[in-house]
Amino acid sequence: MAETFFDVCVIGAGPGGYVTAIRAAQLGMKTAIIEKQHLGGICLNWGCIPTKALLRSAEIFHYMKHAGNYGLACDNLSFDIEKVIGRSRGVSKQLNSGVGHLLKKNKVTIIDGSGSLKGGGKVAVKDKEGKALPDVAAKHIIVATGARPRVLPGLEPDRKLVWTYFEALKPDIFPEKLLVIGSGAIGIELASFYHTLGADVTVVEVMKQIMPVEDAEISAIARKQMEKSGLKILTEAKVMKLDKRANAVTCTIEDKDGKTSHVTVDRVISAVGVQGNIENIGLENTKVKTDRGCIVADGYGNTDEPGVYAIGDVAGPPMLAHKAEHEGVICIEKIAGLPNVHSMEKTQIPGCTYCYPQVASVGLTEAKAKEQGYKVKVGRFPFLGNGKAIALGEPDGLIKTVFDEKTGQLLGAHMVGAEVTELIQGYVVAMGLETTEAELMQTVFPHPTLSEMMHESVLDAYGKVIHM
Amino acid sequence: MPIKILMPALSPTMTEGNLAKWHKKEGDTIESGDLIAEIETDKATMEVEAVDEGVLGKILVAEGTAEVAVNTVIALLLEEGEDASALAGADTSGGAAPAVAPAAPAPAAAPAPAGAPAAPAPKPAAPASSGGRVFATPLARRIAAQEGIDIAAVQGSGPQGRIVKRDVEAAVKGGGAKAAPSAGPAAATAAAAPVAAAPMVTVDDPVFQNMPAFDAVPNSSMRKIIASRLTASARDIPHFNISADVAIDKLLKARKELNDRDGADYKISVNDFVIKAVAVALKRCPDVNAAYTEAAILNFKKADISIAVAIDGGLITPIIKDAGSLGLADISAKAKELAGKARDGKLQPEEFQGGTFTISNLGMFGVKSFNSIINPPQGGILSVGAGEQRPVVKDGALGVATMMSLTLAVDHRCIDGAAAAGFMKELKGILEDPISLLL
Repeated sequence: MAETFFDVCVIGAGPGGYVTAIRAAQLGMKTAIIEKQHLGGICLNWGCIPTKALLRSAEIFHYMKHAGNYGLACDNLSFDIEKVIGRSRGVSKQLNSGVGHLLKKNKVTIIDGSGSLKGGGKVAVKDKEGKALPDVAAKHIIVATGARPRVLPGLEPDRKLVWTYFEALKPDIFPEKLLVIGSGAIGIELASFYHTLGADVTVVEVMKQIMPVEDAEISAIARKQMEKSGLKILTEAKVMKLDKRANAVTCTIEDKDGKTSHVTVDRVISAVGVQGNIENIGLENTKVKTDRGCIVADGYGNTDEPGVYAIGDVAGPPMLAHKAEHEGVICIEKIAGLPNVHSMEKTQIPGCTYCYPQVASVGLTEAKAKEQGYKVKVGRFPFLGNGKAIALGEPDGLIKTVFDEKTGQLLGAHMVGAEVTELIQGYVVAMGLETTEAELMQTVFPHPTLSEMMHESVLDAYGKVIHM
Repeated sequence: MPIKILMPALSPTMTEGNLAKWHKKEGDTIESGDLIAEIETDKATMEVEAVDEGVLGKILVAEGTAEVAVNTVIALLLEEGEDASALAGADTSGGAAPAVAPAAPAPAAAPAPAGAPAAPAPKPAAPASSGGRVFATPLARRIAAQEGIDIAAVQGSGPQGRIVKRDVEAAVKGGGAKAAPSAGPAAATAAAAPVAAAPMVTVDDPVFQNMPAFDAVPNSSMRKIIASRLTASARDIPHFNISADVAIDKLLKARKELNDRDGADYKISVNDFVIKAVAVALKRCPDVNAAYTEAAILNFKKADISIAVAIDGGLITPIIKDAGSLGLADISAKAKELAGKARDGKLQPEEFQGGTFTISNLGMFGVKSFNSIINPPQGGILSVGAGEQRPVVKDGALGVATMMSLTLAVDHRCIDGAAAAGFMKELKGILEDPISLLL
């Protein structure tokens, strides 16, 4: 590598890092990106994308199982887990090379290796064998090192019997019996995948509800539907101990009253959250501060060290790819001095969970809105009242909207049911444009679509619902 | 260059009007202040005065033309030394921004019939003040309306400078709308058009450099609230004042008798009488005990009287609730208690938020009479001057009486002249004959 001086150096080529690098290059900055493993990061290789590929297989399998509901026949149903996994890996690979292409197209210098801050605007780089490469100097260094699975003492993944999402996405066997610790997006999606393909799955969640960040009403509906399909869910429960045998694990679970029970499974998935990758990146050589496993940064990615910025998961929750991308763009546009750059409105970051049924939300839950002192108007519309939902054979679900009674601001929207992950963006746009209930009511929603429920939910909040 | 005479905006909400009559002909010499035309709106007919002087060179919008958009060029004025040749090719484009289409020049020789299509009206949302379209999110507009902020004067920070929620919230916090930079050359001649909020002068403005040294006292939150509410009130509420002199000799006599009674544990002031009399008069004239809202005029069923009390760093208006139903001793006690709490900063929110009418009394400073700014959303405020002996003519003879001047300011959107005058008559009657309160 001939040149080692850049305007911008991004450490980590996950969705936050590579988007930031592309934007930097577009703004005319000479940009380098350092990646130690995969372009596209966890999201593309071990997270968002490969899970969606798996869940698509599971979804089709689900419909095949229920083909009779649609007047179709599909006998002798089976699946080949290796092919299902193979497809998922193929999807990741395709997109991974796509990221490489985009970076090259934008003339971003890609450095294979691990970057570590040296202070004074320099980054030390080591290749995969640990051999030192020339230092990279840059005016602006953006740390986008992402996050990794959190490890709880006593429940440490051994990556054989106790999996993290890495192993769960590339399993050695198809587990007949599976225990999933944690019901956040990662846990519940993996549970949903294995359950749909026929595994006997138990989910253990320490909080009162599954998907603890979601609206309680939505979470309860999702839970009811999952339990109806046979998924076992234990809330306010803790996994106390894992007794590993040769090819099975006996789990000791304590419920909220302190009573213990045991369940023996083939594999355990630990999905108890993720934590920032702040180690071994040379933070000690800088004034960068950390808090609870993440780098402390302001709304524009500025850390306590001038010239060093942090974005994405490593800069704190919510740890979502789209948050990382957006944060990266804000950071680099602020560095470039573009006008009207504002820090992100964190209440307008949508979240999607692709379990069955799907869950999607943006903004404040009803409980959070009330906690913050809003007087709210709440609208609800069930899938059962929507023609398209009935035609699809998906009559279960709910769309819920939360408005500030005083100003008509849409504070939050929460959905459970078929395709809601594709619907939520309508409300996100509405929130971003600061529409009130009036504009949403005046908007024409196409018939017949699931999106009509978004209209009806708003109408319901103001006592004007039609189809209920 | 001939001077453009623009269709003026006679009210902040006016977007178009009818050109009812020209008082001047082409070729007439015009002095500043001359009456040149009459404009009709849905509410009234108003006269337009010349701002500049010169010779009326060309009338572009004929008498009788309806629906002329604000800021349309209606005529051209030739400056001293210019002759008619200057009119050829003169720019007749409208006074302001893109929302206002250029005027369709109607040649003077062939006056357009009434109702002839004039320039298309600008979008109703366009504030008359800047003439241009204001880009603001629906939520920002709604919050601005709720908080009484002039959205046109807020500086936008959203995409393309759009005004978003945080801008309006900052304007609310900062005490009033920040003035936006002038939109362009525009409306210099549209003198009748109200201008956007006056540009906020900052402490480091160079204008202060050649002025004496000063202490900069940072604006307290009370000061900011006073600034924002009263700026909005003075700008947005069409105030008018009426005044009356009241003879208070009988009142003073009654007061003395009451205060001199054996065992009196009260000391009733003239102001206590005024509070009582105002509350009773408001009950008799509910049209004046009112608030204007977008959809309806609210006529309150009780008169809760706000009393302006000067305190350190500002003023506050504690409320005597349903003062009409209280006796003078109770009013006196309540007024003292509230004024004391106000000075100690111990008023509870419900004690100073929500009155229906305000009384401001500066009589103790020897002020004869003054005007007040309405305390929104109330519809009226009474300014009370000092009671003083003045020569009066009664039954053809000169005499001496103790007189007090009262000035009422009301919101014309909800209270008209006759209603205000009726209230003053009632109030004067009570104060001049206080024993009538017993009836």
